[in-house]
Amino acid sequence: MGALGPEEWQAINVTLRLCLYTSVVLMMLATPIAWWLANGRSRLKGVVQSVVSLPLVLPPTVLGFYLLITLGPRGLIGGSLEQMGLNHLAFSFEGILIASVIYSLPFAVQPLTEAFRNIGRRPVEVASSLGANALDRFRTVIFPLSRGGYLVAGTLTFAHTLGEFGVILMLGGSIPGETRVLSVLIYDHAEAMNYEAAHSLSLLILVFAFVTLWLVYSVNRRFIVARI
Amino acid sequence: MSLRIRANLRLSSNFELNVNHTFPLSGVIALFGRSGCGKTSLLRLIAGLERVKYAEIRFREEVWQKDGHFQPLHRRRIGLVFQEHSLLPHLSVRDNLLYGYRRTPTKLRRVHPEEVAAMLGIDALLDRRIDQLSGGQRQRVSLGRALLISPQLLLLDEPMAALDKQAKRDLMPFLSRIATEFEIPIIMVSHSPSEIERLADWVVFMRDGRIEAVEPLKEALAKPDSPLFNDSGAGFILEGALGPTNSDGFRPFGPPEARLWVSSLDHSDESSSTRLTIQAKDVSLSLIEPTQISIQNHLPVTVERIDASTVHRAVVACRTNDDQLLLAEITSRAVRQLQLEPGQSVFALIKSGALLP
Repeated sequence: MGALGPEEWQAINVTLRLCLYTSVVLMMLATPIAWWLANGRSRLKGVVQSVVSLPLVLPPTVLGFYLLITLGPRGLIGGSLEQMGLNHLAFSFEGILIASVIYSLPFAVQPLTEAFRNIGRRPVEVASSLGANALDRFRTVIFPLSRGGYLVAGTLTFAHTLGEFGVILMLGGSIPGETRVLSVLIYDHAEAMNYEAAHSLSLLILVFAFVTLWLVYSVNRRFIVARI
Repeated sequence: MSLRIRANLRLSSNFELNVNHTFPLSGVIALFGRSGCGKTSLLRLIAGLERVKYAEIRFREEVWQKDGHFQPLHRRRIGLVFQEHSLLPHLSVRDNLLYGYRRTPTKLRRVHPEEVAAMLGIDALLDRRIDQLSGGQRQRVSLGRALLISPQLLLLDEPMAALDKQAKRDLMPFLSRIATEFEIPIIMVSHSPSEIERLADWVVFMRDGRIEAVEPLKEALAKPDSPLFNDSGAGFILEGALGPTNSDGFRPFGPPEARLWVSSLDHSDESSSTRLTIQAKDVSLSLIEPTQISIQNHLPVTVERIDASTVHRAVVACRTNDDQLLLAEITSRAVRQLQLEPGQSVFALIKSGALLP
């Protein structure tokens, strides 16, 4: 195992940026979806729940393939962007960010739905009667009462994005500084029989993932106890 | 001052709430009926927690819902108190109390934290966490919190249903004080006749999602077949001032021309106005003023009406000297023997045990 070179540091940089942005975007995107799933009465709930959970069962290559043809230069979204004089999204950081958001959606939505379900409607109804509008209710009641859920959702999203490989390889390839994340770099190293470099990066990810999950689960247990 | 509601709300395949009514808005209005009759749904409809198409809700001059217009709950200024578990668990007692107060525009604030905390006896609890409160304390904090938004309407959904007997007895006086002191109309869901007798001014009888009748409490109580009496038979209410305890442990109740003596558990030296709920079966009638009898309380009354209640019994409605309604349930045979008829002056004898404020 050797020290990390510039190539490795660049991949770490891309990876961390991807994980962070994905987590932030997903927390905002998953909140309304999870709230609706926890409290809504629509018959469409089953459909939405299935769509959200698809990334859990689909091979990453399937998801990556569809994203490639949608976001690519001839795809529905990529093509439109090209016509507007912008770049299509295949083989770009923005592209793999979109892919990560979709790929990790269930990991954000499920813990939040669970947390919102535990809160129930009552505290929200009470806050409304006391004069709090929707944003105020979220800030002062829903969020403080579901912090544990947000911690779990955020961390799982972060860790799951860290472990993403197939979707990124399909959609993003391995462009240094743009789409070459740690998992892809490890693959490249192994392909090139550079086992020593692959080994140090793999160990790094393994330790990081374990420590993160362990921290979350031990902190979250305290959260649940403190939440009455 | 009225609340107009027109709504048709299908809650499940076999239950429909169908209301088209204008409610008077004064004092305490009790929604009474069996569980599942739609009381809580009606309350949630008024609050704007059930949103129904084509409903119309009009509070005084304000339109809360009509056609496409829907005023959300946070802009209706309604104080809500639920059965239980409605305090925000992540906030202290103080922050719960102030949650709504802080969000009430200064010029609309008529009720203030110090007075509410003192009145509800929660001064000492302000820094506690919610999980350190008893059930009764939680309900008092909920009430206080609702009052502190200076609401234009208070909605109480069986506020005492989850409490034990003692806590209920403790909370009751607070509710009646709120009703009298703050001049906020209250709509209260209840299936307990004793709660209604103590607190209500109006009773809304509900059944199978419909409103059957809206009556002033005294009128509702005077009917021998009222649904309020399923368990205890006809009853009535005397209102009056309760004087300080005398040396025998009794407190005078009512004006001199219609005076009763009430044995009181809490010996107080202060006068307070109160309600006595009396069962008609605890009252007997006599043609002459009784002197040689153990029953201490007798009032001169005038017979107004005689209704048969069950096969061999009758409820005699009388008027006291201070113009209140009094009911006596006696046997039909006694009615015949005493030759009772409307307009007659008689004496009503009330067992002291029946007089507990």
